[in-house]
Amino acid sequence: MSPPYLLLDRLAKTFGAAGARAGAGAGPGTAGDRARPVLDGLTLAVDRGEVVALLGPSGSGKTTALRLIAGFETPDPGGGRVLVEGQDVTGLPPARRNFGMVFQHYALFPHLTVGENVAFGLEARRLDRGQVRARVAAALALVDLPGFERRRVGEISGGQQQRVALARALAPEPRVLLLDEPLSNLDPALRERTRRELRRAIRRVGITTLLVTHEQEEAFYLGDRVAVLEGGVLHQAGTPGELYDRPATRFVATFVGRASVLPGIFEGDGDGGNGRVRLRLDGPATAAAAVAADGPGAAGSTATGPGAGGTAAGDVAWPGVAAEPLAAGEAVELVVRPEALALVPAGTAGALAGRVVERRYAGPVTYYQVELAGAGLEIEVAAGAGAAAPGDEVAVAPAAAALAGAAGATGAAGRIFRSAPRGQA
Amino acid sequence: MTQGLPSPGSLQRLAEPRPGPPFASASSPPSRWFPPLLRLPSLPRVPLLGAAGLAVLLAWLVGYPLLLTLVESFHGPSGWTAHWFADFFRRPDEWLALWRSLWISLASVALAAAVGVPLAFIFERADFPGRRFLGAVAALPVALPPLVGVIAFLFLYGESGFVSRAVQALLRLDHAPWRLAGPGAILLVHTYSFYVYFYLFTRAGLARQDAALLEAASSLGAGAARRLWRVTLPLLRASLVTAALLTFMTALASFSAPYLFGGGFRVMPTQILASKLNGDRPMSQVETVMLAAVALVGLWASQGTGAGGAPASGVRGVAPARRRVGAPLTRAAVAAAGYALALVLLLPHLVMALISLVPAGTWIAEPFPPVLNFRNYAQLGDREHLRPIVNSLWMATAATAAAAALGLAAALAAVAARRRAGQPGGRLPGRLAGRLGSRLAGRLGSMLGSRLGGALETLVGLPWAIPGTVFAIALATTFSVDAPWLGRFVLIGTPVLLPLSYLVRSLPLTGRAALAGLRGMDPALAEAAAALGAGRLRTLRRVTLPQLRPALAAGAGLAFITALGDFVTSIVLYTYDTRPISIEILANVQLQDLGMGAVYGVLLMAGSAVAFLLWSPAEGR
Repeated sequence: MSPPYLLLDRLAKTFGAAGARAGAGAGPGTAGDRARPVLDGLTLAVDRGEVVALLGPSGSGKTTALRLIAGFETPDPGGGRVLVEGQDVTGLPPARRNFGMVFQHYALFPHLTVGENVAFGLEARRLDRGQVRARVAAALALVDLPGFERRRVGEISGGQQQRVALARALAPEPRVLLLDEPLSNLDPALRERTRRELRRAIRRVGITTLLVTHEQEEAFYLGDRVAVLEGGVLHQAGTPGELYDRPATRFVATFVGRASVLPGIFEGDGDGGNGRVRLRLDGPATAAAAVAADGPGAAGSTATGPGAGGTAAGDVAWPGVAAEPLAAGEAVELVVRPEALALVPAGTAGALAGRVVERRYAGPVTYYQVELAGAGLEIEVAAGAGAAAPGDEVAVAPAAAALAGAAGATGAAGRIFRSAPRGQA
Repeated sequence: MTQGLPSPGSLQRLAEPRPGPPFASASSPPSRWFPPLLRLPSLPRVPLLGAAGLAVLLAWLVGYPLLLTLVESFHGPSGWTAHWFADFFRRPDEWLALWRSLWISLASVALAAAVGVPLAFIFERADFPGRRFLGAVAALPVALPPLVGVIAFLFLYGESGFVSRAVQALLRLDHAPWRLAGPGAILLVHTYSFYVYFYLFTRAGLARQDAALLEAASSLGAGAARRLWRVTLPLLRASLVTAALLTFMTALASFSAPYLFGGGFRVMPTQILASKLNGDRPMSQVETVMLAAVALVGLWASQGTGAGGAPASGVRGVAPARRRVGAPLTRAAVAAAGYALALVLLLPHLVMALISLVPAGTWIAEPFPPVLNFRNYAQLGDREHLRPIVNSLWMATAATAAAAALGLAAALAAVAARRRAGQPGGRLPGRLAGRLGSRLAGRLGSMLGSRLGGALETLVGLPWAIPGTVFAIALATTFSVDAPWLGRFVLIGTPVLLPLSYLVRSLPLTGRAALAGLRGMDPALAEAAAALGAGRLRTLRRVTLPQLRPALAAGAGLAFITALGDFVTSIVLYTYDTRPISIEILANVQLQDLGMGAVYGVLLMAGSAVAFLLWSPAEGR
């Protein structure tokens, strides 16, 4: 098996006083210590030509990881390495790594024209003027900005600035391309269009790319694989399908896509795999709620209702797939996708009673927010446009297609995770 | 009925047209002088005629004296003549003085930049013990009045100065190791006095730079030197050019150092004074015109170098983090060098304070004053000794207040005139607009508004571009003749002329501060006030002026400091009764009463420092 083209080997970064003492063994909790571990042993392998998106909420360490790769930050002493084609570049200054970078705010040189910006990285290559001119023209053509050489940076639009920044990063033919939230500065309509153009340009060049984003849709669209970070820890790296259908951790399950979290007790053989969760919807200590995974801040569960007392749903057990080894009787959480649930007639066996509190039309599917009876919890169900109206009394059960193991379905209502300790999401 | 909606009756009332303009009485007809399009909520109604009147006033104060001086320099007993100019170019000492002014100014720029720019980089990009304190000390020369600084240099580095004597003793020399005279001495004083412009402007420029630009350059393979040359310095261009222009103009107009140290090395300001004192008034006017011409050429030359402002980067970010000097030995060395520099910069202030404690006649030949007490300060209780202080205070205060009011009015009028120039429709009075036709009236009004705004801005800024000696001579020329129908009155010899010169010289500081403040204001604030029912004057009083207060205070503070320590115009225009502190310092020095001269110097330094601390913006980092 060939070594990866780009390897991030146990990268660690702590900001604050303890960052400098980390190698000396000073641990957290030292008196007067204001250390903030931002990245905790990130290990990630990227193949040649692959596009990997680092996805996570604010403060997850993804930008720090990118800056460590670029060389603008240094890892803690003993805090990991960055290897490219087997070469350890950790100690190299940014100017000598031959990595191209597109900054969040583009960082175009305002005193230079577009052509001069793009040519900047070529100046040290000892190319003659004709070669530089040709490379600049090629780079601008790649991003669909031919003939823009003489324009001033302040005269072009935000989308064009973003493309010039990309052309500038690509012109010196770097080994790795790093993108720091490349589309965050653009309005939604422009972002959509630029996203397509960015993907086309990267694919055309075939360069190994790492991009940082907090937008799930962007990560899924641009990345061959997506690495989900939270709290400086890599939770899972996989294809969009793997992350969505087989999330490895509760965080990934709730951060990626839309999900509801239901507390319960595990009923299974203890070796992982298929099992059942006897739902216990009886209090705020284990309360969970439907989570919309549309962007940062969506991770985690919050109780949205009183949750005190109410109906114990101990007679209802839903099937799921254990994401980790679990023991029978263990407190767990069942994370279900809206499309894995269905609105069924009241009184259906195995269904939970509730009331529709909100309906959100989203084109081919409508999302129904259902407040479960007596539980103070809300879950989200995907159904047809006219399935119910706000205020209707309904029942919710795992969708027949999911249970029957229809094509693409797991044969389970959702993924089962060990319950997070109190106070943790 | 759904809750929250107004009742049908109230909706109907809201839909009915209101009778007449909001603030007019029911019986007054709509104004024909101010069509609706001219109603700018942000500024009071400044009719075109009012702005024009203000422009005429400023032209009389600023432009007229210069124009008169130019005209009279071409006027002889028998009418128009170029004789005086021919005479100027025939006399080697005249064009030599002009040439010396030019090269001394250029050399001052180079030396000030050589000191100020590296200092700015050190204090803005490095972190070491005492950085904040030393960074503030490095700006000290800005609070040292020109004449006081020169005299302090005399006490320190003159042949009998403390430092000279110390070096002489250390090296066991028979004579002083150097002689503080001629162009070298002038350049030394200029470097000390003017490096602070480069230091402050460069620091401000560095603080505004985005770290991402340097990181981008780094990611593109640029090493430290290339980043400095291709990114940092080009982005500092506006700051450097502004500092260079300020240094050039100030050096060109410099009087104190050439007067005290120049000796036979005359520059134009000292040449002008010499001609005036010799009674050669026509030659002094020609010299004034030539010096003004050089200043304007310098100003014009700088316009093409991008001093107008930094290019818009469209990037929002933070300045690069300061690099911590890590190695203990290096940190100690840097800190030691910093404190040594602070001592050197503080020496003029310290020596003035020391000399102020030396009673007259007690220090003859000793290396160090043998007697130190507060007897000199006690003399301030005497009315005659107090008079220069009172004179300086009232003249500086009156001039600053008037300059602040005039500068603000001119800025408001200029901005309003320019805004109206950008609007469709007429801005001429209704009857005139009617006669001309709306289209022609629109074009004419637009042109007038734009030109008027430009004229006001130019007149407010012009005194900055002209050396103080030039203005002094111009004012003396203008206001020495009784011809009211020509706008000339005899003010020479009166208490009015000197504060008037301070006012003119302060206008650029207050006017440009007000202009900058107005342009930086969010127009939405005044619009919000208007939407809440505030009229123009109330908006000005409650919204615009409070927003402008920091800028105006900074401008007024600088204007006060400049007027308080002024020497250049004072030496041309003062009378015995109006003599300010600077003249009194010079007189005491010439009478060998160094201690009393130093007392005034200390008071001037203290006053400038207090004003600087009160009105200067706090350091952000």
